[in-house]
Formats: sequence, C-alpha cells, structure tokens
Amino acid sequence: MSASSAFNDEKGGSSSVGEPEYGHDPASGGIFSSDYKRHDDLKEMLDSNKDSLKLEAMKRIVAMIARGKNASDLFPAVVKNVACKNIEVKKLVYVYLVRYAEEQQDLALLSISTFQRGLKDPNQLIRASALRVLSSIRVTIIVPIMMLAIKEAASDMSPYVRKTAAHAIPKLYSLDPEQKDQLIEVIEKLLADKTTLVAGSVVMAFEEVCPERIDLIHKNYRKLCNLLIDVEEWGQVVIINMLTRYARTQFLNPNINESLLEEGGSGEKTFYGSDDEEDEDEEEKEKKAETAAMAKRKPYVMDPDHRLLLRNTKPLLQSRNAAVVMAVAQLYFHLAPKAEVGVIAKALVRLLRSHSEVQYVVLQNVATMTIKRRGMFEPYLKSFYIRSTDPTQIKVLKLEVLTNLANETNISTILREFQTYIKSMDKDFVAATIQAIGRCATNIGEVRDTCLNGLVQLLSNRDELVVAESVVVIKKLLQMQPEKHSDIIKHMAKLTDNIQVPMARASILWLIGEYCEHVPKIAPDVLRKMAKSFTNEEDIVKLQIINLAAKLYLTNSKQTKLLTQYVLNLAKYDQNYDIRDRARFIRQLIVPTEKSGALSKYAKKLFLALKPAPVLESPFKDRDHFQLGSLSHLLNAKAGGYQELPDWPEAAPDPSVRNVEVPEWTKCSSREKRKEKKVEKPFYSDSEGESGPTESADSESDSGSGSESASGSEVSASGSESEESEEGSESEEEEQKDKKKTKKELKKPVQESESEQSSEEEERKHARKSKISKSESESESDEEDESESESSESESEDSESEAEVKKKKKAAESKPPCKPVKKENKKEKKEISLLDLDDFDPTPSPQVTPVNSFLSSSLVTDLEGLSLSDSVLAPATMAPSSALKSYELLHRITGEGLQVEFCFSRQPFSPDANMVAVQMHFTNNASADAKSLHMEDVKLQSGMRVREFPEIELLPAGETATAVMGIDFCDSTQAANFQLCTQTRKFFVSIQPPVGELMRPVFLTENEFKKEQGQLMGMNEITEKLTLDATCRNEHTIVQRVTAAANLSRVPCGSDKECSPPVPPPDHPVYRFAGRTVTSGSLVLVTVVTREEGAAQLTVNCEKMVIGTMLVKDILLALTQ
Amino acid sequence: MIHSLFLINQSGDIFLEKHWKSVIGRSVCDYFFEAKEKAVEPENVPPVLQTPHHYLITIFRGKLFFLSVIQTEVSPLFVIEFLHRIADTIQDYFGECSETVIKDNVVTVYELLEEMLDNGFPLATESNILKEMIKPPTILRSVVNTLTGGSNVGDMLPTGQLSNIPWRRAGVKYTNNEAYFDVIEEIDAIVDKSGTTVFAEIQGVIEACVRLSGMPDLTLSFMNPSLLDDVSFHPCVRFKRWEAERVLSFIPPDGNFTLMNYHVSSQNVVAIPVYVKQSINFFESGSCGRLDITIGPKQTMGKTVEGLMVTVHMPKAVLSVNLTPTQGSCTYDSATKVLVWDIGKLNPQKLPNLRGSLSMQSGAPKPEENPSLNIDLKIQQLAISGLKVSRLDMYGEKYKPFKGVKYVTKAGKFQVRS
Repeated sequence: MSASSAFNDEKGGSSSVGEPEYGHDPASGGIFSSDYKRHDDLKEMLDSNKDSLKLEAMKRIVAMIARGKNASDLFPAVVKNVACKNIEVKKLVYVYLVRYAEEQQDLALLSISTFQRGLKDPNQLIRASALRVLSSIRVTIIVPIMMLAIKEAASDMSPYVRKTAAHAIPKLYSLDPEQKDQLIEVIEKLLADKTTLVAGSVVMAFEEVCPERIDLIHKNYRKLCNLLIDVEEWGQVVIINMLTRYARTQFLNPNINESLLEEGGSGEKTFYGSDDEEDEDEEEKEKKAETAAMAKRKPYVMDPDHRLLLRNTKPLLQSRNAAVVMAVAQLYFHLAPKAEVGVIAKALVRLLRSHSEVQYVVLQNVATMTIKRRGMFEPYLKSFYIRSTDPTQIKVLKLEVLTNLANETNISTILREFQTYIKSMDKDFVAATIQAIGRCATNIGEVRDTCLNGLVQLLSNRDELVVAESVVVIKKLLQMQPEKHSDIIKHMAKLTDNIQVPMARASILWLIGEYCEHVPKIAPDVLRKMAKSFTNEEDIVKLQIINLAAKLYLTNSKQTKLLTQYVLNLAKYDQNYDIRDRARFIRQLIVPTEKSGALSKYAKKLFLALKPAPVLESPFKDRDHFQLGSLSHLLNAKAGGYQELPDWPEAAPDPSVRNVEVPEWTKCSSREKRKEKKVEKPFYSDSEGESGPTESADSESDSGSGSESASGSEVSASGSESEESEEGSESEEEEQKDKKKTKKELKKPVQESESEQSSEEEERKHARKSKISKSESESESDEEDESESESSESESEDSESEAEVKKKKKAAESKPPCKPVKKENKKEKKEISLLDLDDFDPTPSPQVTPVNSFLSSSLVTDLEGLSLSDSVLAPATMAPSSALKSYELLHRITGEGLQVEFCFSRQPFSPDANMVAVQMHFTNNASADAKSLHMEDVKLQSGMRVREFPEIELLPAGETATAVMGIDFCDSTQAANFQLCTQTRKFFVSIQPPVGELMRPVFLTENEFKKEQGQLMGMNEITEKLTLDATCRNEHTIVQRVTAAANLSRVPCGSDKECSPPVPPPDHPVYRFAGRTVTSGSLVLVTVVTREEGAAQLTVNCEKMVIGTMLVKDILLALTQ
Repeated sequence: MIHSLFLINQSGDIFLEKHWKSVIGRSVCDYFFEAKEKAVEPENVPPVLQTPHHYLITIFRGKLFFLSVIQTEVSPLFVIEFLHRIADTIQDYFGECSETVIKDNVVTVYELLEEMLDNGFPLATESNILKEMIKPPTILRSVVNTLTGGSNVGDMLPTGQLSNIPWRRAGVKYTNNEAYFDVIEEIDAIVDKSGTTVFAEIQGVIEACVRLSGMPDLTLSFMNPSLLDDVSFHPCVRFKRWEAERVLSFIPPDGNFTLMNYHVSSQNVVAIPVYVKQSINFFESGSCGRLDITIGPKQTMGKTVEGLMVTVHMPKAVLSVNLTPTQGSCTYDSATKVLVWDIGKLNPQKLPNLRGSLSMQSGAPKPEENPSLNIDLKIQQLAISGLKVSRLDMYGEKYKPFKGVKYVTKAGKFQVRS
C-alpha cells in the first residue's frame, strides 16, 4: 500500500479518485499479481447489480485513462455494461470503449449491436450519440455498418443527427479511405442541407475528405453565404476558409488593375537584379502591359456572388472568437478590392488585447499584411508599441510590424520608440531592435544618417551583444555609401581590440578589407593585429582575416606581402578544412607563380568587384502566398493537408453554376423532405419565434430569392444565346436531357452540355460570345446587386420585426392578454385596439377610399370568375386615379412565349382580408396553346401564406387572360417564390411587393389622425426633409404621387370642425394620409408639410419601424423624382 | 483537427491526457519540453512548434500548459481559441483552472473534454449546453450524490443543442429574477519618463450575470453609444439591431457571460487617473541605487482611487532593497526580482511615497535601463470613458426582473517608463 502510494507521488499523479490502490499502472512494471488483484476488485464492482458500484468502478477506470495509465485488461468487464440503464455509467463505458476498442477489436464487436439498436431509437439524441460512438470505434471490420449508419443518418429528419453524420464522415474516411466515393455522395447530400446546425460540420467533412471537389460547392455557395452568420463559431471558421479558396477559383481579381499599377511602380526592385532577370522582367512587363490593356478594355465588374460573400462575412469581424475574426480578415485580404480591405485592421488590432498566444498568431499575420498593405495599419501604429512586460516573441513581432509601417512621416516617432527599446534588459529584443533600425535606415533614405549615427553611438555600449549586432547592421548600411563614412570605418577598426563576438569581428574585418582604400593607413595595422591573434580566433573570423589579407595584398602589396604570407601559412595548418582550403585557393590566386594560370590576372577583379548592397528584407515578405491565418503561413512551410490558395482565374468561370435549381430534389425526395419539415417545425419554430439573430429559415429563402433574381437575368441572357445557336442543337438537347436523368429544368444545363459537346471551334466562339454577354450581364447584375443589397438589408430588418409579429401572435395564442409592446403601461390598451381594428376595419374602408369603394368583395370574386374572358379592363376601372404599376413576372423569351405581368390591384382580397391581392396578366405570344396554367411548389417565409389563383385551363395562342391571387406577406417585403406551371413547363417566379402595397387605406378624420399620431412618437416616427420637384408642388401631384407610391387614403383636412376654431388657411398646406398594414393592421400615418420654394417635410408614423423607414424612402423617391 | 490534448504543469509533469483519435504517445511532448528548456520564462515558449510528424500548439494558462497535438493544416487561432475555451470551461465549472482542481475532478474534466470535441472538431462549447449534460459540482450535490449514489451527468438530454439559440439552456426557472451588468473599463497606457502619455486607450467589457426565468429577450441601450469605436459581441447579440439602432438586443445565456467587448474611439482624450513621480538611480560606484516614487491623483472625476499597486521588475543585479513606504506595504522577491508596493486607497491629502536604497551585486555593471513601473488601480462607480447605460428592457416574459448596472475602471496595461 504505502509503496504504491509513494510510487504515485513520484509520478506526480495523485488524485482523489482512484486513490491509492487503483492509480497503479500495470504497464509501468508493477507486480502483476497485485495488479490483477486490484483489477479483480474493479471487475467485481462492474459485475455487481448496483449502479452505484458500477459507477464508482467506471470513474476509477476513467481516471486511470485520463492519467494515461493502461486499463485495457478490463475490457471484457467494461464492455458488458454497455447496455446499462444508468446514463452516467453508460457514458463512461462509451468513453472507455472509444479509447480501447482499437486495441481489442474482437471484443469491441460485442457492443456493436447495442449501438445499432440505438440508431433506431425514436429519440434523436440517442440516435445521435449511438452514431457518434459507433463511428468513433476504430474497428475496420465494421466499416460497412458505419457506412450504412452514416447514410441513414444523413437523411434523418433530425438536423442534430444529420450533424452527427457529418462528423462521422471524416472518422470513417480516416479508417478506410477507399470509401471516399461513397462518402462524397453523402457529403454532397448534406451540403444541400439547409440548417445552420449541419452546415459547419459538413464543410469540415468536405475539407477533410474531398477539398478538391470544389464543384460540389457551386450549388450551395449562396446558401452557405447566407447561413454563415447563424452557424456556430467553429463552423464559421471552416466555412470561411473554404469559401476563400472557392472564391479564388470562381471570381476575377478585384484588384487586377491596381495590382498592375503596383507592379509597374515597383520598378526599383529590378535595380538589384542581374541583367538576365531584367530581361525576363521586361518580358513579363510586356505581358502585363498586354493584360493591362485588356483590362482597360473590359472594366472590372464584381460578380454579385463575390459581393455576397464579402457582405455576409463582414459582420463576423465583430465575433468574440479570434479565429472567426482572423478567418474573415484573411478572406478580405485575399478577396476584397483594395479599398475595402481596410475594415479588417480595427478588428485585428482588437485581437492584440487577447491572450498572448492569440497575439502571437495575429501579429504574424499582421506582419505579412503590412508588407502588401501598409496604409491599412498606419492609423494603429501606436497599438504596436512594445511594453516591457510583453513576451520576447511578441516584442519581436511588434517590432517587425513597426518596421514595416515606417515611412517618411512617422519614422521620427518610430525611431524615438526604438531608442527606448534599445535600453531594454531583454537582450534578444535589443538585438532585434537594432536590426529593425537598420532596416528602417535602408528603406528610408532620409533617416539613414541619423540611424547610422545612432548605431555608431551604440558601439560604445557596454553590452557586447548590442555592439556586435550594431556592427553587423552598420556593415550593411555602410555598403550603401562607403565613401562618405570612412571615419566610421576607422572607428570600427579600433573596436577590434575590444569586441569578442565573432560575427561582429568578422563584419569589421570584411568592412576594412572591402574599403581598404578608404582607410589605407589603418588597414595594414589591423591585419597585423589579427595575424597575431589568428590562431585564437573563431572560424568565421579566420576566414575574414584571410580575406582581408588577400585584399590588402592586391591593393597594397608593399606593406602587407609578408603579413599575408604569414597568415596564409598559419591557415595552411589550421584544423578546419574550410580554412585550409580557402588559404590554398587564395594563395594560388594572388601570389603569382609560374604555375598559376590565367586566373591570377583577374584576382583583383575577383576580390575587389563592386558588391551590391544587401537588401534588408522582412522575413515576412512573400509569405502571403500561403493562405493567411493558416498553420502553413505561420510556419512558412507547407503543412500536411494544406490546400494551396489558387491564383485568380484569367477569366471567370460560368457564374450560372451557382444558380440553384429546386426541382431536382423536389422530384426525387419531395415527400421525405416535406415530412421532415413538418417534424422539424415544432422545435424550430419554437426557438425561431424568439431568436432574432438566428433566422435560418429566413436566410434560407433569402438565398432563394437572391439567386432567383440573379438567375432571372442569366436565364434571359442564355435564352437569347440559345436562340442564336439553335441550329441543329435540338437533337443534342434531347439526348442530353435523357442523360441527365430527364430533369425538367431551365435552359442552363442545356447550355452547358452544348458547350461540352460542341467542337473546339465552337467552344471558342462560345467563349467569345459569352464574354460579351457576360460583360453585359455583369453590368446588369451589378445594378441588381445594389438593389439586392438594399432589399436584403431591409429584409433582414424585416425578419426581425417578423419575429416580433410572430411573438405577438404566439402570445395571443398561448398567453392571451399581456405581451409587452414597447411600453409596458400601454400594453393592454394597444392589445385591445388591435383587436378592435380587426373587427372594425372592413366597414369604414369602403366608405372612405373612394377609389376602391365601389369594388365590393363580391365584385372581385365576380371578376375572378370572369378573368378567363376579358378583364384587361379591370385594372383601369379599379384604379382610375393612379395608374397601377405593373411588374414583369415572366418575360416573353424566358417563358417561351408565355408572358406574365402582375400588379397590385389595391382592392381587398375577398377570400382573406389579410392578403394582398395580386392581379396576374397572362399573354400567350407563342404559336401553340398553353394549357392548364397553375401554380406549384410555393416557397414562403414562415408566416406567409398564399391563396393560389384558379387554374387557367386553356390559353390559346395570342390570347390574354387575367387572374387574381392573394398573398399574405406578413407585413414584410420578402418575396413569395413559386413555380408557374403550364402543362409542359415550369418557371420559377417570385413576387416581391413594394412596401407601399403592404397596406390598405383607412379613413381617419384629422383629429383622429392627430391623436393616433401622438401615440406613435419617438422611435415610431421618422421624419425626412426634402425639396419637391418643380413639377410636384401642387396639391394634386403630391397627393397623386404619394398614393401611387403607397396604398393610402388622404385624410380630409379640416373636416373635423368640432375641434378647432376657424383657422386662417395655413400658409403651409399639410397633406395627411392614413392606412393600415394588411396583415397586422398597424396604423401607417404619412404627413407631408410643404413650405416655401418646394421645401417640404415628410413624416411617417408607424408602429413597425421597418415599414416606416422603407415607406419614407419610397415616398421620398416618388416626390423628388 | 485536434488530435490529442496533454495537460502539463510547470514542472513538466503530464497529469492528464485525452485522445480524440488514435492514441499518440507521450513522447511527442519531448519536443515541447525541449523548447521549454530553451525559453527561460514559460510565456516565452513558442505557441506553435513543428515536430517531424506533428505540430504542437500550446497555451499557457493558470500556470498550466495545454498542449494540443495536430497532424494536418488547421487555423492555429482555431486551436488556440479552443484551448482557451477549455480553460474557460474548467474555470466556469470549478471556480479556477489549476492543477489541483483538475486532478480533483479528473472524471468530470475528462467527460467535458469528451463532449467538447468530436473527432477533434468542436461539438459543444457553450457552457449552458455543457452544464445541461454534465452538471457542475456543488457541495450540496456531492453530498446528495454520495448518499443516494446519484450522478453528475444530467439524465435529461440536452435540448439546447437542437435549438437555434444554443447558448441558452431550456426551462430556466428562478424565484428571484435578476440581471446585473458590470461595465468594466481598463486603461492601457504607456507614460513617458517625463509624464507625457505616449499611448493611451480605453478597452471596455460588459460582464453580465443574468438569472432570469424562461426566454427573456433583453434590450440594453446606451446614453452615448457613439463613444464605442470597435465592438465584439457574444453570439447572442443581434448584430443587425446594433448596426441599425445601436442597441444591444439579445436573448441571454443563463448565468455569467461576457456580453460585449469594446474599444473607445481614439479621438477621445483618455483621462489618466494618477500621476507618478519617480526617480530610480543606480550609482556607478558603491553598487547601490536609490529609489523614490510618489503617486498622486490626476484625473479621477472626483472618485477615490483604490487598490493602487505598483509592480517593478528590477534588473537582475539588484540583490535586495531597503525601502520604506509611507503607506501600504512593500515586498521584494529576490528570486524573481519583482518589487511590489501595495498601496491601497489613494489619499489626495497625503500622497503615498516609497523611498529607500537598492543594494546591488558588487562588481556588476550599472544597469542600462531603469525598470518601468506597472500600475494597478481601481475606481469604483466610474466608467472613465463616460459610457452610460441608459436602460434595460425585457420582452417576452411577464415578471419584473431586478436590474442593476455597475461601473468599474481599472488599470489595464498601465506602464510608466523611467
């Protein structure tokens, strides 16, 4: 007993658990019999019926494992408990299994059936944990079982189980790399998953198994970008790093023009290069000039997907996780246009406050960045100042950054800082500082002399290391302009008496030798002294003595001939063969004998050739060819598994590969998916209601809408193209279609296949064509991009408010009366008024809004019925005052002759008052009849609803038809996406409402208006000043424009006589408009106050701030146009 | 990603190991020990080491080395950040992160490590989720457990992992609902010998302690959010609300957490609360020196400066000191050459002074540099940047929570060069 505990102490591993008898390690040479005895005890405990005993035993065993002791002989006893009911015992058994299964494969198989059973458990967490353990057991024989389990779990309805499946993929891959192909299939499937939970894990699996299969990302690119902000931190890092590589292969270099300028400007560099290099450079330059000219011809336009990535990663710079911040920073560094990279500096500087290890890594990366983009960090110069308490490695890195940042303007401050550093007690740091001063001096000509003087002063420092380092640096500096500084050389010559550091001595000797004509008197004397101490010198010093001797012999042989002979003789018998070699070589060269060949004639040229001054370069130069933030970058060497950061492509690959085609999966597994969705709903919607930032569902369809709108333009482009090149490709088309699993798709794949199949020539033609069309479509898409960005911003805001709405709704369902609506005291009142309005609304609106008044709901239904025949007139009759703006839903060409437009008819949608009526106008321009026009596969944000229009059975060629559908947009401007189907084709379309259509007019008197307005002050009020257009200063136009922009009704002014005594007609007419949002019935109040000379003020009061802000924007636009 | 983890104490004993993939022998740590030998201070061990077959990424925390073994390319910060997260979790569970604590709770720590990583990739790192799966030890529970044979492992399955707000555990219930926020600001400064400020900035952090039932949705707004220059948030904060309205809107995790870190915009002049008059002289002959330090209040906004402390790392040659403080106590550790003068409260009427002689190793040359002084201080009820919380609103729950905000200003890396 006592012996064993003493042994424990020795190992430094005494712990309260498993102490003292069980802490002994049988493998460490203990007595076997006693071990078995002890383990018998544990076995007994494991075999007992009591869970508490089992638990105790398992705890001891795990403690042994934790301390690295061998507990493998307990395997049979432990594995029996794998089916134990007690959850803690079970967990510990799992821990044990995962640790030892590899060593005891046969026995481990006993446990497999338990896990297989677990995989079928109705509880998702049990399924997940079973899969986790099963896949962690590294037993080759169960590979097929694992494969099966992973495949099954990958289509599990629980996202958590799918996540676990993603985790299991790399485990299986490392166990049996031959499964790669099958695993890639699973990865592909999981990549298509739309939950944030899975995204990070599956990308991690992708990176480990098949990082080269970049093509798998195309379809999921936009989704990943949009989900990114809601993925957990660790997943974010992996995704961002992967997307950086992806973007490098798919998009064009945003800095293409600038980088050319840079190259051109840095012509200085070649100054140091040899002639050959220059030639090469010139060639290169020519090439670059060509490409530059090319670039000029075709201005760079950023791909919207490229922009999407930059935009969606930017907020993550605010992450608390340093790894995420670094990942975004490197993404921006590698992908962003030069002007935008600056945003990362602040975040990186922030990380310098973190743990020293984080600082270490960040500074390494900052050092690399400062070489390429110095300006970015210049404002933060002082953040890199060094504290005496910093660890040395941090100090050195900060010094590196400071040196890189030095320029003419800040050099004096930096040098002043350096001066304090030189006095530091940390000598390694001082040496680094001296090097840094040297580099500043070479880079910035103005301060060269100052630095040199400062360094010379350091030569009298008491610390030898400091002096030595200074000598080395001075040597380098002097090489730049030796003639000016012979006094310094003299001064240094004197130092040879004192300095003992070999490197410094060698440097001084080299200097004297090299510039002996500047110090003709001293040089021979130095050689004399050196000759005396030759035998006691270090090797590098000896070599330099020989060098010095040789040079002096050549320039001043009179004085130094004998000395040189002497030195060479000493060297001849040196112990070091390098020195002996050198001596022999030099003797042959410089001392002319009859044997010496032609070389000795050139001895002078050989030794006294003009040597180029060294370039003091940062060790971080050119490190940026490694992806920043990677291990390889840090080590400046390729680490295993490092994926090269590809160069930008010359021409961007086809962007349409990222278009998402939905029918594929709806076709194959629509039923499954739907089921899944239903099941997921409960726990998702639960949390969704409350969580603003995690709007996975929202962002999902965000991506959908984004891609759709983008694809719209592309489709149209490709459509026109295919028209041109239609000749004879149709049959190919057919074939191709068959090959591709007879997908019903848009044009895109056809186009692809065409280019695949067509001959090279055609390909070239294609390329040229697509270039042209690309540049067109790019410019288009750029515009789109802007609008997209706007809308997506507002969308996201919306979604928050949506969440609020949902909350309210839920509250109304679950705990009816009290849900805080901003102000707690008004809570109840508001709630009531909301309810009131719902009941109240329909009645007043017909009276008030004259425009819509005669359209009773019944009429609408009538119209719906009539729609087949001829209702082109309908919009005209419905909205006489403001011509309804119609929007294109399906273009004639995209729709293969079918053209669809829609407008918001601004009439109550009779089947459901909470829906916005959308009037669709179909025109069949094709030569054939279109049959059974209907909607399918409606994709909506949660909460949104759609009432489909009745199917149009036949639309003869050349005819038109009208139908009305209702959409509940949930008071958001998010698009409703659906497919418009004919008998033969399906078209993806989306309807996105302008904010002004999300409301319906209500009648309010001026007094009511003012009262309501009074309650919607503060945050709910948005005011904007504007100048009215000259054409828009009369009452009529103002009213018309406002009502055109938003579905509101005018509040008659002064109609309420009770309130106010007769007022003189106001100088500044005030126009008031009122409405309620369609879904929630929140009041929307708009006031336009006009002043002199077209000055005006627009005020919008709305409980929904998002709607308010957007409405202000829209009305402002309408009034100022 | 992370292959294995070794916990090593300062004397070089490996006292815990965990492997997430195949077992890697302890000998891999030898490369680390080699590097540790070379570096004099433990802080100076390079965080990333390359060995023939592996890469070692190490952090030094609480006098312990967390050494992780990596085999392939990985973002080093990813690993470093994760190792710190492990240390944070241990601290969160057991109150501190030290060798004794880990050894005492070795099974729990091991279970935690098991849950935090799966195959070397982070799985559950949110403290709220982990606590649902593995209950942190409390005295009461350990007593109950020994009596009933109960366990520390939650028998409930962690539902947090499934939700979209993974940082909050479900079914939180308190009788006293309270939410406290500590606004802690630190002044980082380098002050010149002459008393001019070379560099100063304010870094702030808002630490929250939220114990609210259900699913509260909080909104914290500031009187002067424009002060904040750079911010970083806990994942719970809705970034878009911040962008649009400059308010912090979030569903908090349960318990203690760091809500945000911020940096005060550099345009604002930083108030330096104290001034230091010092003279440290070493004499060429006689191997001795003199030291005289006085501290006085400068810009304290009318508050008292507390917890004042001066730390000086003396040159190696200083053998001992003979100093008398007018206030507080002064100690000198001749092994580490660290002089600590613990002053306490700063009395503006009677300024604290430390004066006396330093005795040096005879024959040693006069030190080149005078050591710099590191100042520690604390001012209660003051955020030196002037940042003020304007209000805290709660939505989503009916009860009225008890709310509180506390301000503290501290010295961060406050250094006076001499």
